[in-house]
Amino acid sequence: MDLLGFARGPALKAALAIFCLGVAWRIAGFALLRIRRDLNKPRASPARFLTEGLIAVGTRSWPHPEFIGRTGAGEALGYSYHLGLFALVLLFGPHIAFFGSLIGIRWPGLPSSLITVISVLTLALFLAVLFRRVTNPVMRMLSNFDDYFSWFITMLVLGTGLAATAHIGAPYQTLLALHILSFDALLVWFPFGKLMHAFYIFPSRAINGALLARKGATS
Amino acid sequence: MPRSDLEMTVGDMLRQHGISRRGFIKFCTAAASAMALPPSVGVAMAEQLIHARRPSVLYLSFQECTGCLESLTRSFAPTIENLIFNVISLDYDDTLMAAAGEAAESARMQAMQDNFGKYVLIVDGSVPTGAGGAYCTAGGRSAVETLREAAKGAAAIVCVGTCSAFGGIPFADPNPTEAWPVMAIVGDKPIINVSGCPPIPEVITGTLLQFVTTGKVPDLDEHRRPKVFFGNTIHDRCYRRPFYDQGKFAKSFDDEGARNGWCLYELGCKGPTTYNACATVKWNGGTSFPIESGHGCIGCSEPGFWDKGSFYAAQSTALWGKAGESSPREVLELSASAVAVGGVIGVASAGASRLRQHRSAQDADQRDSNGDN
Repeated sequence: MDLLGFARGPALKAALAIFCLGVAWRIAGFALLRIRRDLNKPRASPARFLTEGLIAVGTRSWPHPEFIGRTGAGEALGYSYHLGLFALVLLFGPHIAFFGSLIGIRWPGLPSSLITVISVLTLALFLAVLFRRVTNPVMRMLSNFDDYFSWFITMLVLGTGLAATAHIGAPYQTLLALHILSFDALLVWFPFGKLMHAFYIFPSRAINGALLARKGATS
Repeated sequence: MPRSDLEMTVGDMLRQHGISRRGFIKFCTAAASAMALPPSVGVAMAEQLIHARRPSVLYLSFQECTGCLESLTRSFAPTIENLIFNVISLDYDDTLMAAAGEAAESARMQAMQDNFGKYVLIVDGSVPTGAGGAYCTAGGRSAVETLREAAKGAAAIVCVGTCSAFGGIPFADPNPTEAWPVMAIVGDKPIINVSGCPPIPEVITGTLLQFVTTGKVPDLDEHRRPKVFFGNTIHDRCYRRPFYDQGKFAKSFDDEGARNGWCLYELGCKGPTTYNACATVKWNGGTSFPIESGHGCIGCSEPGFWDKGSFYAAQSTALWGKAGESSPREVLELSASAVAVGGVIGVASAGASRLRQHRSAQDADQRDSNGDN
């Protein structure tokens, strides 16, 4: 079996199994955490908790007007590269074929040349994000190995994918194998690092909003 | 005194057949252009060949389907008859030669003896080693035995077809005959692999002509294939490449995309990982090649191409099990099992965490009550 066959076959299978196992483990562990009983009298109805929780998902996903001057640029950067990643992952023909082979559904994609442009822009945004993280004293203090490794592994997938599409540096099959292997590595790392925010981000915002509503505050 | 066939140069043979020097230079120039060499090389090749003795060539067929020989006989530049009558002395080929049985084997032994160290050995087919080599025998001798004997006196070995180059179909899992490519059995001779199932005829004749002309093994890639023919992928030279770049892919063999000639990547085309000259030299005298006929490349010139999954699955897709294609049902089963195991571990870890918290709360209460007392 060659490297590409290994990456698309046994390595992908193992990575997917670890990904599913890890995500289920983390979510089950998170959902069943002991929550301290709040003995205070609720300031709103349970329906209100739910509504405020859902509203918080929206309001916390946008900078607060008071802080927009300070956090707006960072949030724009974050949103931009996330949108770039979504476009690359979900709208590139070979990726659609990949997901189609796994889940049996396919959808229309974007032209490969446009995908290449988005890749380069996303790559630049990724570098900008790293630059911001290492130059901003607060961000640097908050960052640990998890942040840098999550950045690195995502960048690896992006970089090898771009190289494979553009046929840069090595034969296509080698680059494609490295791209798929790096994706396999990302799947393995995903549940155990900060990439897991993809699953946690909206539930945690909703829970915060609901808890604040219970205390009579709005988020 | 008349000269024997063995003593005659190519020039003598040409004159005997009434072929002019000019005609022969045209032939060599055509062959050189097929190898992407400048026309001046064709002239040099002709001059070299005219004064050279026709090299002896032995063609051994082992575990194969004769498709490679069928392909070779359809070479347009140079044609097979031009090659075997004017350029080489094909002293043994059990499919093409009129002689059979003992006479054929004697011809082979005689040619090997007369041209020891100088003949070119062409091998077609993989070499089975299982059951003591009994899966492929000729004249009571196994293929592996014949190969080892014939390889001893060969100047070079040209493996024609993916079976002799990389094992091909017989080598594919589960390889019931324990077949091997030639290079796994012969290690001390220059080996040129002309892979393909079958190889392009002009690539076979062009490689032979290049070796016969220069006496040197051409530049080879990591799989010992001549770079001049195997230096680029099909995808690099494919006329459908602009559609790949535009993201226009045929989704089935009879949709609008297929009718418009869009890229066949999503239908499993292996062009991006296949090194061969199909898109440039083409087939049937340059008429077309598989992709031009509407079918994706199956990657037949690459090692292990039978075991690389379905011909109809895109290369970016998952390879799932022996069938080579993932099925959503199998993926779902694997994912569901993993989620179930993960869920159990998660519940167990949350339970352990609660138990720890409960015990530490009890300890704290105990300490508080002890303090009160």
